[in-house]
Amino acid sequence: MAVEITLTVNGVAHALAIPENTLLVDVLREHLGLKGTHVGCDTSQCGACTVHLDGRAVKACSVLACQIDGCEVTTIEGIGSVDALHPMQAAFRDHHALQCGFCTPGMIMSAIDLVRRSAPLDRAGVRQGLAGNLCRCTGYHNIVDAVLAAAPHMTERQGGG
Amino acid sequence: MKQRLAAPSDVIDLAGVAGMGGIEAGQGVVSIGAGVRHAEVAGSPAVRGVLPALSALAGGIGDRQVRHLGTLGGSVANSDPAADYPAAVVGLGATIETHCRRIAADEYFVDLFETALKPGEIVTRVHFPVPDRAAYRKFAHPASGYAVVGVLVADFGGNIRVGITGAGPCAFRGTAFEQALADDLRPEAVDGVPVPDAGFNSDLFASAEYRAHLVRVMARRAVADLLGR
Repeated sequence: MAVEITLTVNGVAHALAIPENTLLVDVLREHLGLKGTHVGCDTSQCGACTVHLDGRAVKACSVLACQIDGCEVTTIEGIGSVDALHPMQAAFRDHHALQCGFCTPGMIMSAIDLVRRSAPLDRAGVRQGLAGNLCRCTGYHNIVDAVLAAAPHMTERQGGG
Repeated sequence: MKQRLAAPSDVIDLAGVAGMGGIEAGQGVVSIGAGVRHAEVAGSPAVRGVLPALSALAGGIGDRQVRHLGTLGGSVANSDPAADYPAAVVGLGATIETHCRRIAADEYFVDLFETALKPGEIVTRVHFPVPDRAAYRKFAHPASGYAVVGVLVADFGGNIRVGITGAGPCAFRGTAFEQALADDLRPEAVDGVPVPDAGFNSDLFASAEYRAHLVRVMARRAVADLLGR
């Protein structure tokens, strides 16, 4: 049975008719074609699917879309562009904070939320704050560097939706 | 549902139901609405001031994203064997308020994913008595943050309560620890307390025997924290 919901994703309103057991991450990837939000573990552990839901970082693999009718979602596609990277994206590039890149969208969405809520941050605080995002490549060191470097460059607006 | 442990025909979202929010701290009790998210409890100055062990417990659940979504009511209604809140419910002797009655902590957790709740019964608030001091320590699963074993120790004027999660099918009281600690409230006092592992959980991550070992280690650390050591 389909349910009808409206979602504002990256500032664009969408009216959707979806099966009631559809997960938010599947709405984003399959219905809206926003493939930047990744599915890693599908069990709320790895954090690759992290998006902002009404301004809070959540794991989109564990949210039923019909639970969030009328809400606002921001994905990695909504925070910057190739020509105008978000400060967090630029810092990840500058500090070589990614290798394979699979965890990166979720890592960046989580890091933006962390900076927005937790300033001032130190290295331990970044590591603790990103505990819900797993990276198999980097060993996290450069990710911590990137988050700390990006923090002073983020404006209120760049905190993401 | 996602683990395919349940396949209900209908699911009702309680997030929009009024009267399930709010945190009240005072008069020897911290009362928290079932719909209050873990991040709200962890970030509440009132909870931190009156019952810091509960504040720390909430701030250690899962990870930030999980704490942004998960609720107290969801945790205690689910009775996941590795959830954190049940250790506080049992260890502090909380009262579970539902839409139709109040249930004492000692009667509430029944078995794996099973509570005293009847079909259709909805948890609305949880009332945590405020002890003189308390501490919670867990051995967290490195990926999920779930408690492989978690122990909450609370001191109510010399009466000690110990709530244990992660080890068995559901949270339970460590009565042998309680007696030993009532006589001698020091970390070393738990060393001689037997922890039989019969009925303990055994899985990919930890054997029953190892969990029994962790119970004593976490109890010892919790007592040390409680004493400020």
